Amino acid sequence: MLKKLENIGTYTLTGLEQTGRTFNLLLLVLWELARPPYRFYTIVRQIYFIGARSLSLIVISGVTIGMVLGLQFYSILERFGSVNLLGAGVALSVIRELGPVMTALMVVGRAGSAITAELGIMRITEQVDALECMAISPNKYLVAPKVIAGLISVPLLTAVFDSVALFGGYFVGVVMFGVAEGSYMNGMIDAVEWEDVRLGLVKSVIFGVLITLICCAKGFYMHLTKAGSQGAEGVSFVTTDAVVLSSIAVLFSDFLIGAIFS
Amino acid sequence: MTEIPAVENAITIRDLVVDYGTRRILDGINLDIPAGQIMVIMGGSGAGKSTLLRCILGLKKPTSGSINILGTEVNGVRARDMHALRKQMGVAFQGGALFSSMSVAENIQLPLREHTRLDETTIEIMTRIKLDMVNMLPHEHLMPAELSGGMTKRTALARAIIMDPKLLFFDEPSSGLDPSTSAELDELIIMLKNSMRMTIIVITHELDSVFKIADHIAVIGEGRILETGTPEQIRASTNLEVQDLLHRKARETVVDADAHLRRLVGEEE
Repeated sequence: MLKKLENIGTYTLTGLEQTGRTFNLLLLVLWELARPPYRFYTIVRQIYFIGARSLSLIVISGVTIGMVLGLQFYSILERFGSVNLLGAGVALSVIRELGPVMTALMVVGRAGSAITAELGIMRITEQVDALECMAISPNKYLVAPKVIAGLISVPLLTAVFDSVALFGGYFVGVVMFGVAEGSYMNGMIDAVEWEDVRLGLVKSVIFGVLITLICCAKGFYMHLTKAGSQGAEGVSFVTTDAVVLSSIAVLFSDFLIGAIFS
Repeated sequence: MTEIPAVENAITIRDLVVDYGTRRILDGINLDIPAGQIMVIMGGSGAGKSTLLRCILGLKKPTSGSINILGTEVNGVRARDMHALRKQMGVAFQGGALFSSMSVAENIQLPLREHTRLDETTIEIMTRIKLDMVNMLPHEHLMPAELSGGMTKRTALARAIIMDPKLLFFDEPSSGLDPSTSAELDELIIMLKNSMRMTIIVITHELDSVFKIADHIAVIGEGRILETGTPEQIRASTNLEVQDLLHRKARETVVDADAHLRRLVGEEE
Protein backbone atom coordinates (compact mmCIF):
# COMPACT_ATOMS: atom_id res chain seq x y z
CA MET A 1 0.00 0.00 0.00
CA LEU A 2 2.78 2.36 1.04
CA LYS A 3 4.68 1.44 -2.11
CA LYS A 4 1.65 2.28 -4.27
CA LEU A 5 1.26 5.66 -2.55
CA GLU A 6 4.98 6.28 -3.09
CA ASN A 7 4.60 5.47 -6.80
CA ILE A 8 1.62 7.81 -7.13
CA GLY A 9 3.65 10.54 -5.42
CA THR A 10 6.61 9.95 -7.72
CA TYR A 11 4.45 10.05 -10.88
CA THR A 12 2.72 13.23 -9.68
CA LEU A 13 6.02 14.96 -8.94
CA THR A 14 7.48 13.86 -12.29
CA GLY A 15 4.36 15.11 -14.08
CA LEU A 16 4.50 18.46 -12.31
CA GLU A 17 8.23 18.78 -12.99
CA GLN A 18 7.74 18.07 -16.71
CA THR A 19 4.80 20.49 -16.95
CA GLY A 20 6.87 23.18 -15.27
CA ARG A 21 9.79 22.48 -17.59
CA THR A 22 7.55 22.70 -20.67
CA PHE A 23 6.06 25.99 -19.47
CA ASN A 24 9.54 27.29 -18.72
CA LEU A 25 10.59 26.35 -22.26
CA LEU A 26 7.67 28.37 -23.62
CA LEU A 27 8.82 31.42 -21.65
CA LEU A 28 12.41 30.94 -22.87
CA VAL A 29 11.20 30.62 -26.46
CA LEU A 30 9.12 33.81 -26.16
CA TRP A 31 12.13 35.62 -24.67
CA GLU A 32 14.42 34.40 -27.44
CA LEU A 33 11.91 35.30 -30.14
CA ALA A 34 11.84 38.88 -28.97
CA ARG A 35 15.62 39.23 -29.46
CA PRO A 36 17.56 39.39 -32.73
CA PRO A 37 18.79 37.67 -34.84
CA TYR A 38 15.44 36.64 -36.30
CA ARG A 39 15.67 33.30 -38.04
CA PHE A 40 13.14 33.67 -40.86
CA TYR A 41 14.80 31.08 -43.08
CA THR A 42 14.85 28.46 -40.30
CA ILE A 43 11.18 29.18 -39.55
CA VAL A 44 10.29 28.81 -43.24
CA ARG A 45 12.14 25.47 -43.31
CA GLN A 46 10.18 24.28 -40.30
CA ILE A 47 6.89 25.46 -41.84
CA TYR A 48 7.79 23.40 -44.89
CA PHE A 49 8.51 20.37 -42.69
CA ILE A 50 5.51 20.65 -40.35
CA GLY A 51 3.06 22.22 -42.78
CA ALA A 52 3.78 21.51 -46.43
CA ARG A 53 4.95 17.94 -45.91
CA SER A 54 1.81 17.14 -43.88
CA LEU A 55 -0.47 18.41 -46.61
CA SER A 56 -1.13 15.13 -48.40
CA LEU A 57 -1.94 13.38 -45.13
CA ILE A 58 -4.31 16.19 -44.15
CA VAL A 59 -6.06 16.15 -47.53
CA ILE A 60 -6.56 12.37 -47.48
CA SER A 61 -7.77 12.27 -43.86
CA GLY A 62 -9.96 15.36 -44.38
CA VAL A 63 -11.75 13.92 -47.43
CA THR A 64 -12.21 10.56 -45.68
CA ILE A 65 -13.60 12.07 -42.49
CA GLY A 66 -15.89 14.39 -44.47
CA MET A 67 -17.23 11.39 -46.40
CA VAL A 68 -17.75 9.36 -43.23
CA LEU A 69 -19.58 12.28 -41.63
CA GLY A 70 -21.72 12.72 -44.74
CA LEU A 71 -22.60 9.03 -44.68
CA GLN A 72 -23.44 8.91 -40.98
CA PHE A 73 -25.38 12.18 -40.93
CA TYR A 74 -27.33 11.17 -44.04
CA SER A 75 -28.43 7.82 -42.56
CA ILE A 76 -29.55 9.52 -39.30
CA LEU A 77 -31.20 12.59 -40.87
CA GLU A 78 -33.03 10.48 -43.44
CA ARG A 79 -34.94 8.74 -40.61
CA PHE A 80 -36.33 12.10 -39.52
CA GLY A 81 -36.78 13.43 -43.03
CA SER A 82 -34.28 16.21 -42.45
CA VAL A 83 -31.62 15.55 -45.09
CA ASN A 84 -31.68 19.28 -45.89
CA LEU A 85 -29.69 19.70 -42.62
CA LEU A 86 -26.83 17.52 -43.93
CA GLY A 87 -24.66 20.47 -44.99
CA ALA A 88 -25.15 22.20 -41.64
CA GLY A 89 -24.34 19.04 -39.67
CA VAL A 90 -21.16 18.27 -41.59
CA ALA A 91 -19.97 21.89 -41.59
CA LEU A 92 -20.52 22.53 -37.89
CA SER A 93 -18.91 19.22 -36.83
CA VAL A 94 -15.89 19.84 -39.02
CA ILE A 95 -15.34 23.55 -38.35
CA ARG A 96 -15.98 23.53 -34.60
CA GLU A 97 -14.50 20.17 -33.55
CA LEU A 98 -13.16 17.62 -35.98
CA GLY A 99 -11.10 19.95 -38.16
CA PRO A 100 -8.82 21.37 -35.46
CA VAL A 101 -8.64 18.14 -33.43
CA MET A 102 -7.98 15.73 -36.31
CA THR A 103 -5.45 18.09 -37.91
CA ALA A 104 -3.59 18.42 -34.61
CA LEU A 105 -3.56 14.65 -34.09
CA MET A 106 -2.27 14.08 -37.63
CA VAL A 107 0.49 16.67 -37.14
CA VAL A 108 1.44 15.03 -33.83
CA GLY A 109 1.75 11.64 -35.52
CA ARG A 110 3.72 12.88 -38.51
CA ALA A 111 5.76 15.90 -37.45
CA GLY A 112 5.58 15.87 -33.64
CA SER A 113 7.17 12.45 -33.34
CA ALA A 114 9.92 13.50 -35.76
CA ILE A 115 10.59 16.68 -33.76
CA THR A 116 11.00 14.73 -30.51
CA ALA A 117 13.22 12.11 -32.14
CA GLU A 118 15.38 14.78 -33.80
CA LEU A 119 15.91 16.77 -30.60
CA GLY A 120 16.39 13.60 -28.53
CA ILE A 121 19.11 12.35 -30.88
CA MET A 122 20.73 15.79 -30.91
CA ARG A 123 20.75 15.71 -27.11
CA ILE A 124 22.34 12.27 -26.73
CA THR A 125 24.94 12.92 -29.44
CA GLU A 126 26.01 16.15 -27.68
CA GLN A 127 24.85 18.36 -30.57
CA VAL A 128 22.80 20.52 -28.18
CA ASP A 129 25.86 20.85 -25.90
CA ALA A 130 27.93 21.76 -28.96
CA LEU A 131 25.51 24.59 -29.79
CA GLU A 132 25.75 25.92 -26.23
CA CYS A 133 29.55 25.76 -26.35
CA MET A 134 29.48 27.72 -29.62
CA ALA A 135 27.49 30.42 -27.75
CA ILE A 136 24.43 29.64 -29.88
CA SER A 137 21.22 29.41 -27.85
CA PRO A 138 19.63 25.98 -28.53
CA ASN A 139 16.26 27.42 -27.48
CA LYS A 140 16.48 30.03 -30.19
CA TYR A 141 18.17 27.88 -32.82
CA LEU A 142 16.27 24.62 -32.38
CA VAL A 143 13.06 25.08 -30.40
CA ALA A 144 11.71 28.56 -31.24
CA PRO A 145 11.47 28.03 -35.05
CA LYS A 146 9.57 24.77 -34.50
CA VAL A 147 7.05 26.37 -32.12
CA ILE A 148 6.47 29.32 -34.48
CA ALA A 149 6.12 26.93 -37.41
CA GLY A 150 3.53 24.96 -35.43
CA LEU A 151 1.67 28.17 -34.63
CA ILE A 152 1.51 29.09 -38.33
CA SER A 153 1.15 25.65 -39.92
CA VAL A 154 -1.55 24.00 -37.83
CA PRO A 155 -4.23 26.71 -38.43
CA LEU A 156 -3.44 26.65 -42.17
CA LEU A 157 -3.60 22.86 -42.25
CA THR A 158 -6.87 23.03 -40.32
CA ALA A 159 -8.29 25.35 -42.99
CA VAL A 160 -7.27 22.84 -45.65
CA PHE A 161 -8.74 19.96 -43.63
CA ASP A 162 -12.03 21.83 -43.16
CA SER A 163 -12.29 22.64 -46.88
CA VAL A 164 -11.65 19.10 -48.11
CA ALA A 165 -13.84 17.56 -45.38
CA LEU A 166 -16.74 19.79 -46.50
CA PHE A 167 -16.09 18.62 -50.04
CA GLY A 168 -16.11 14.97 -48.81
CA GLY A 169 -19.50 15.54 -47.15
CA TYR A 170 -20.77 17.25 -50.31
CA PHE A 171 -19.61 14.34 -52.45
CA VAL A 172 -21.45 11.74 -50.34
CA GLY A 173 -24.59 13.82 -49.77
CA VAL A 174 -25.06 15.50 -53.14
CA VAL A 175 -23.29 13.23 -55.63
CA MET A 176 -23.92 9.81 -54.03
CA PHE A 177 -27.27 10.22 -52.27
CA GLY A 178 -28.79 12.94 -54.40
CA VAL A 179 -29.38 15.59 -51.77
CA ALA A 180 -30.20 18.89 -53.50
CA GLU A 181 -27.05 20.94 -53.98
CA GLY A 182 -28.78 24.18 -52.99
CA SER A 183 -30.15 22.58 -49.84
CA TYR A 184 -26.67 21.31 -48.84
CA MET A 185 -24.90 24.60 -49.54
CA ASN A 186 -27.56 26.89 -48.08
CA GLY A 187 -27.87 24.73 -44.97
CA MET A 188 -24.14 25.04 -44.50
CA ILE A 189 -24.06 28.82 -45.10
CA ASP A 190 -27.02 29.47 -42.80
CA ALA A 191 -25.74 27.29 -39.95
CA VAL A 192 -22.11 28.35 -39.79
CA GLU A 193 -21.49 31.65 -38.04
CA TRP A 194 -18.36 33.65 -37.54
CA GLU A 195 -18.29 32.41 -33.92
CA ASP A 196 -17.87 28.82 -35.14
CA VAL A 197 -15.00 29.73 -37.44
CA ARG A 198 -13.36 31.75 -34.66
CA LEU A 199 -13.65 28.82 -32.24
CA GLY A 200 -11.99 26.50 -34.76
CA LEU A 201 -9.24 29.05 -35.39
CA VAL A 202 -8.56 29.59 -31.67
CA LYS A 203 -8.38 25.84 -31.13
CA SER A 204 -5.99 25.26 -34.02
CA VAL A 205 -3.66 28.07 -32.88
CA ILE A 206 -3.54 26.69 -29.32
CA PHE A 207 -3.09 23.10 -30.55
CA GLY A 208 -0.28 24.21 -32.86
CA VAL A 209 1.70 25.75 -30.01
CA LEU A 210 0.80 23.00 -27.56
CA ILE A 211 1.87 20.01 -29.65
CA THR A 212 5.13 21.51 -30.92
CA LEU A 213 6.01 22.69 -27.43
CA ILE A 214 5.33 19.30 -25.80
CA CYS A 215 7.20 17.41 -28.53
CA CYS A 216 10.15 19.84 -28.35
CA ALA A 217 10.28 19.68 -24.54
CA LYS A 218 10.23 15.87 -24.52
CA GLY A 219 13.21 15.61 -26.85
CA PHE A 220 15.09 18.68 -25.62
CA TYR A 221 14.96 17.72 -21.93
CA MET A 222 15.46 14.02 -22.57
CA HIS A 223 18.75 14.03 -20.64
CA LEU A 224 16.93 15.06 -17.45
CA THR A 225 14.76 11.94 -17.50
CA LYS A 226 15.51 8.25 -17.04
CA ALA A 227 15.38 7.85 -20.83
CA GLY A 228 18.42 10.11 -21.14
CA SER A 229 20.79 7.31 -20.18
CA GLN A 230 19.15 4.72 -22.45
CA GLY A 231 20.50 5.89 -25.82
CA ALA A 232 18.45 4.96 -28.89
CA GLU A 233 15.91 3.09 -26.75
CA GLY A 234 15.48 6.25 -24.68
CA VAL A 235 14.75 8.24 -27.86
CA SER A 236 12.01 5.78 -28.85
CA PHE A 237 10.60 6.00 -25.33
CA VAL A 238 10.40 9.81 -25.25
CA THR A 239 9.02 9.88 -28.81
CA THR A 240 6.15 7.56 -27.86
CA ASP A 241 5.64 9.55 -24.68
CA ALA A 242 5.51 12.83 -26.64
CA VAL A 243 2.90 11.50 -29.10
CA VAL A 244 0.69 10.11 -26.32
CA LEU A 245 0.99 13.22 -24.16
CA SER A 246 0.39 15.63 -27.07
CA SER A 247 -2.68 13.68 -28.18
CA ILE A 248 -4.14 13.72 -24.66
CA ALA A 249 -3.30 17.42 -24.33
CA VAL A 250 -5.12 18.16 -27.61
CA LEU A 251 -8.25 16.26 -26.56
CA PHE A 252 -8.32 17.72 -23.06
CA SER A 253 -7.65 21.30 -24.18
CA ASP A 254 -10.34 20.85 -26.87
CA PHE A 255 -12.83 20.27 -24.08
CA LEU A 256 -11.49 23.19 -22.04
CA ILE A 257 -11.55 25.65 -24.95
CA GLY A 258 -15.03 24.45 -25.91
CA ALA A 259 -16.24 24.95 -22.35
CA ILE A 260 -14.69 28.42 -22.06
CA PHE A 261 -15.85 29.74 -25.45
CA SER A 262 -19.29 28.20 -25.34
CA MET B 1 47.91 53.87 -19.98
CA THR B 2 47.36 51.04 -17.54
CA GLU B 3 48.90 47.82 -18.70
CA ILE B 4 46.61 44.81 -18.52
CA PRO B 5 48.38 42.06 -16.55
CA ALA B 6 48.99 38.86 -18.51
CA VAL B 7 46.95 35.90 -17.35
CA GLU B 8 49.36 33.19 -16.24
CA ASN B 9 46.75 30.56 -15.74
CA ALA B 10 44.07 30.28 -18.38
CA ILE B 11 41.89 28.29 -16.00
CA THR B 12 41.98 28.07 -12.21
CA ILE B 13 39.80 25.56 -10.40
CA ARG B 14 39.42 25.64 -6.62
CA ASP B 15 37.73 23.11 -4.30
CA LEU B 16 35.38 21.89 -7.00
CA VAL B 17 32.77 19.44 -5.76
CA VAL B 18 30.08 17.79 -7.88
CA ASP B 19 27.41 15.48 -6.48
CA TYR B 20 24.91 13.45 -8.48
CA GLY B 21 22.25 12.72 -5.89
CA THR B 22 24.07 11.06 -3.03
CA ARG B 23 27.06 10.10 -5.20
CA ARG B 24 30.14 12.37 -5.12
CA ILE B 25 31.66 12.56 -8.60
CA LEU B 26 34.27 15.29 -8.07
CA ASP B 27 35.68 15.70 -4.59
CA GLY B 28 37.56 18.96 -4.04
CA ILE B 29 39.37 19.44 -7.36
CA ASN B 30 42.15 22.07 -7.37
CA LEU B 31 43.79 22.63 -10.72
CA ASP B 32 45.74 25.36 -12.52
CA ILE B 33 45.86 25.21 -16.31
CA PRO B 34 48.71 27.35 -17.66
CA ALA B 35 48.02 29.59 -20.64
CA GLY B 36 49.47 28.65 -24.02
CA GLN B 37 50.25 25.06 -23.16
CA ILE B 38 48.72 21.63 -23.60
CA MET B 39 47.21 20.27 -20.42
CA VAL B 40 46.13 16.66 -20.53
CA ILE B 41 43.62 15.50 -17.96
CA MET B 42 43.93 11.74 -17.77
CA GLY B 43 42.30 9.04 -15.72
CA GLY B 44 40.43 5.77 -15.94
CA SER B 45 36.77 5.32 -16.88
CA GLY B 46 34.43 6.88 -14.34
CA ALA B 47 37.22 8.94 -12.77
CA GLY B 48 35.27 12.17 -13.32
CA LYS B 49 37.13 13.58 -16.36
CA SER B 50 34.03 14.27 -18.43
CA THR B 51 32.17 15.81 -15.46
CA LEU B 52 35.15 18.11 -14.87
CA LEU B 53 35.09 19.12 -18.53
CA ARG B 54 31.33 19.78 -18.42
CA CYS B 55 31.83 21.98 -15.34
CA ILE B 56 34.58 23.98 -17.05
CA LEU B 57 32.38 24.43 -20.14
CA GLY B 58 29.48 25.63 -18.00
CA LEU B 59 27.30 22.69 -19.04
CA LYS B 60 27.13 21.34 -15.49
CA LYS B 61 26.68 23.43 -12.38
CA PRO B 62 29.02 22.29 -9.61
CA THR B 63 27.77 21.63 -6.09
CA SER B 64 30.46 23.94 -4.70
CA GLY B 65 33.84 25.43 -5.58
CA SER B 66 34.99 27.95 -8.14
CA ILE B 67 36.16 27.93 -11.75
CA ASN B 68 37.93 30.94 -13.16
CA ILE B 69 38.38 31.05 -16.93
CA LEU B 70 40.45 33.80 -18.55
CA GLY B 71 39.83 35.99 -15.50
CA THR B 72 36.06 35.39 -15.38
CA GLU B 73 34.49 33.54 -12.50
CA VAL B 74 32.14 31.01 -14.13
CA ASN B 75 29.91 30.26 -11.14
CA GLY B 76 27.08 32.76 -10.96
CA VAL B 77 28.23 34.51 -14.13
CA ARG B 78 25.51 36.34 -16.11
CA ALA B 79 24.29 34.56 -19.24
CA ARG B 80 25.62 37.39 -21.41
CA ASP B 81 29.12 37.13 -19.93
CA MET B 82 29.11 33.33 -20.28
CA HIS B 83 28.11 33.85 -23.90
CA ALA B 84 31.10 36.16 -24.41
CA LEU B 85 33.40 33.69 -22.65
CA ARG B 86 32.20 30.80 -24.79
CA LYS B 87 33.11 32.71 -27.94
CA GLN B 88 36.73 32.42 -26.74
CA MET B 89 36.44 28.67 -26.32
CA GLY B 90 36.36 25.89 -28.89
CA VAL B 91 35.22 22.38 -28.07
CA ALA B 92 35.74 19.17 -30.03
CA PHE B 93 33.40 16.59 -28.54
CA GLN B 94 34.20 12.91 -28.25
CA GLY B 95 31.67 11.85 -30.90
CA GLY B 96 32.21 14.97 -32.99
CA ALA B 97 28.68 16.33 -32.32
CA LEU B 98 28.45 17.38 -35.98
CA PHE B 99 25.04 18.49 -37.22
CA SER B 100 23.82 15.69 -39.42
CA SER B 101 21.75 17.90 -41.73
CA MET B 102 24.77 20.04 -42.64
CA SER B 103 27.81 19.25 -44.79
CA VAL B 104 31.35 19.35 -43.38
CA ALA B 105 31.83 22.94 -44.62
CA GLU B 106 28.44 24.10 -43.31
CA ASN B 107 29.19 22.61 -39.89
CA ILE B 108 32.43 24.55 -39.71
CA GLN B 109 30.86 27.79 -40.94
CA LEU B 110 28.07 27.78 -38.37
CA PRO B 111 29.86 29.77 -35.60
CA LEU B 112 31.06 32.34 -38.17
CA ARG B 113 27.56 32.81 -39.55
CA GLU B 114 26.10 33.15 -36.06
CA HIS B 115 28.63 35.49 -34.50
CA THR B 116 30.13 37.54 -37.31
CA ARG B 117 28.90 39.71 -40.16
CA LEU B 118 31.53 38.45 -42.58
CA ASP B 119 30.64 38.26 -46.25
CA GLU B 120 30.23 34.93 -48.01
CA THR B 121 33.66 35.04 -49.70
CA THR B 122 35.51 35.64 -46.41
CA ILE B 123 33.57 32.85 -44.73
CA GLU B 124 34.47 30.51 -47.60
CA ILE B 125 38.16 31.44 -47.36
CA MET B 126 38.29 31.02 -43.58
CA THR B 127 36.53 27.67 -43.84
CA ARG B 128 39.01 26.45 -46.44
CA ILE B 129 41.98 27.55 -44.32
CA LYS B 130 40.74 25.58 -41.30
CA LEU B 131 39.77 22.59 -43.42
CA ASP B 132 43.25 22.60 -44.93
CA MET B 133 44.81 22.71 -41.46
CA VAL B 134 43.03 19.51 -40.48
CA ASN B 135 43.46 17.87 -43.93
CA MET B 136 39.74 17.85 -44.67
CA LEU B 137 39.70 20.21 -47.66
CA PRO B 138 38.89 17.50 -50.25
CA HIS B 139 35.93 16.33 -48.15
CA GLU B 140 34.18 19.66 -47.50
CA HIS B 141 30.99 18.63 -49.34
CA LEU B 142 30.54 15.31 -47.53
CA MET B 143 27.80 14.84 -44.96
CA PRO B 144 28.70 13.72 -41.40
CA ALA B 145 27.18 10.26 -42.03
CA GLU B 146 29.73 9.72 -44.82
CA LEU B 147 32.78 10.43 -42.64
CA SER B 148 35.10 7.95 -40.93
CA GLY B 149 35.88 8.28 -37.20
CA GLY B 150 39.12 10.18 -37.82
CA MET B 151 37.49 12.49 -40.37
CA THR B 152 34.66 13.25 -37.92
CA LYS B 153 37.17 14.20 -35.21
CA ARG B 154 39.17 16.38 -37.60
CA THR B 155 35.98 18.15 -38.75
CA ALA B 156 34.97 18.71 -35.12
CA LEU B 157 38.43 20.14 -34.50
CA ALA B 158 38.13 22.48 -37.49
CA ARG B 159 34.77 23.72 -36.19
CA ALA B 160 36.26 24.22 -32.74
CA ILE B 161 39.06 26.44 -34.07
CA ILE B 162 37.12 28.39 -36.71
CA MET B 163 36.70 31.40 -34.38
CA ASP B 164 40.40 31.29 -33.36
CA PRO B 165 39.59 30.61 -29.71
CA LYS B 166 41.99 31.21 -26.83
CA LEU B 167 41.02 27.88 -25.28
CA LEU B 168 40.56 24.59 -27.09
CA PHE B 169 39.00 21.58 -25.41
CA PHE B 170 39.35 18.15 -26.95
CA ASP B 171 37.40 15.30 -25.38
CA GLU B 172 38.96 11.85 -25.99
CA PRO B 173 40.63 12.59 -29.35
CA SER B 174 41.93 9.01 -29.72
CA SER B 175 38.83 7.06 -28.76
CA GLY B 176 37.68 4.64 -31.42
CA LEU B 177 40.58 5.42 -33.74
CA ASP B 178 43.33 3.18 -35.08
CA PRO B 179 46.90 3.99 -33.86
CA SER B 180 48.01 5.77 -37.04
CA THR B 181 44.94 8.04 -37.20
CA SER B 182 45.33 8.69 -33.50
CA ALA B 183 48.99 9.67 -34.03
CA GLU B 184 47.94 12.03 -36.86
CA LEU B 185 45.51 13.76 -34.51
CA ASP B 186 48.19 14.08 -31.84
CA GLU B 187 50.48 15.83 -34.35
CA LEU B 188 47.60 18.08 -35.34
CA ILE B 189 47.06 19.11 -31.71
CA ILE B 190 50.77 19.95 -31.29
CA MET B 191 50.73 21.88 -34.56
CA LEU B 192 47.70 23.89 -33.37
CA LYS B 193 49.45 24.82 -30.13
CA ASN B 194 52.55 25.97 -31.96
CA SER B 195 50.84 27.80 -34.81
CA MET B 196 47.83 29.33 -33.06
CA ARG B 197 49.33 29.73 -29.56
CA MET B 198 46.18 28.55 -27.87
CA THR B 199 45.72 26.83 -24.53
CA ILE B 200 44.65 23.26 -25.23
CA ILE B 201 42.95 21.01 -22.71
CA VAL B 202 42.76 17.37 -23.75
CA ILE B 203 40.74 14.78 -21.88
CA THR B 204 42.00 11.28 -22.58
CA HIS B 205 42.94 7.91 -21.16
CA GLU B 206 45.28 6.93 -24.01
CA LEU B 207 48.81 6.82 -22.55
CA ASP B 208 50.58 7.05 -25.89
CA SER B 209 48.80 10.29 -26.71
CA VAL B 210 49.21 11.68 -23.20
CA PHE B 211 53.01 11.56 -23.15
CA LYS B 212 53.30 12.61 -26.78
CA ILE B 213 51.30 15.83 -26.61
CA ALA B 214 51.26 16.98 -22.98
CA ASP B 215 53.16 19.93 -21.53
CA HIS B 216 51.36 19.31 -18.26
CA ILE B 217 49.38 16.35 -17.00
CA ALA B 218 46.72 16.12 -14.32
CA VAL B 219 45.89 12.58 -13.25
CA ILE B 220 42.39 12.20 -11.91
CA GLY B 221 41.03 9.20 -10.02
CA GLU B 222 37.81 8.68 -8.10
CA GLY B 223 36.93 12.34 -8.39
CA ARG B 224 40.21 13.65 -6.99
CA ILE B 225 43.39 15.02 -8.54
CA LEU B 226 45.98 12.34 -7.81
CA GLU B 227 48.97 14.12 -9.31
CA THR B 228 49.85 17.07 -11.52
CA GLY B 229 53.11 17.85 -13.26
CA THR B 230 55.14 17.54 -16.42
CA PRO B 231 55.19 14.17 -18.24
CA GLU B 232 58.56 13.38 -16.61
CA GLN B 233 57.21 14.21 -13.15
CA ILE B 234 54.15 12.01 -13.72
CA ARG B 235 56.31 9.11 -14.92
CA ALA B 236 58.45 9.46 -11.79
CA SER B 237 55.48 9.84 -9.48
CA THR B 238 55.58 7.81 -6.28
CA ASN B 239 51.80 7.91 -5.99
CA LEU B 240 50.73 4.26 -6.14
CA GLU B 241 47.39 5.01 -7.81
CA VAL B 242 49.16 6.96 -10.56
CA GLN B 243 51.70 4.18 -11.08
CA ASP B 244 48.91 1.61 -11.11
CA LEU B 245 47.04 3.62 -13.75
CA LEU B 246 50.18 4.01 -15.90
CA HIS B 247 51.12 0.33 -15.70
CA ARG B 248 47.57 -0.98 -16.07
CA LYS B 249 47.20 1.04 -19.22
CA ALA B 250 50.57 -0.21 -20.46
CA ARG B 251 49.54 -3.83 -19.77
CA GLU B 252 46.22 -3.28 -21.60
CA THR B 253 48.16 -1.97 -24.60
CA VAL B 254 50.39 -5.08 -24.64
CA VAL B 255 47.37 -7.38 -24.33
CA ASP B 256 45.61 -5.51 -27.15
CA ALA B 257 48.69 -5.74 -29.38
CA ASP B 258 49.07 -9.45 -28.57
CA ALA B 259 45.42 -10.16 -29.38
CA HIS B 260 45.72 -8.17 -32.62
CA LEU B 261 48.84 -10.16 -33.59
CA ARG B 262 47.11 -13.47 -32.87
CA ARG B 263 44.13 -12.41 -34.96
CA LEU B 264 46.44 -11.56 -37.85
CA VAL B 265 48.27 -14.90 -37.62
CA GLY B 266 44.92 -16.71 -37.42
CA GLU B 267 43.70 -14.94 -40.54
CA GLU B 268 46.84 -15.90 -42.47
CA GLU B 269 46.56 -19.56 -41.43
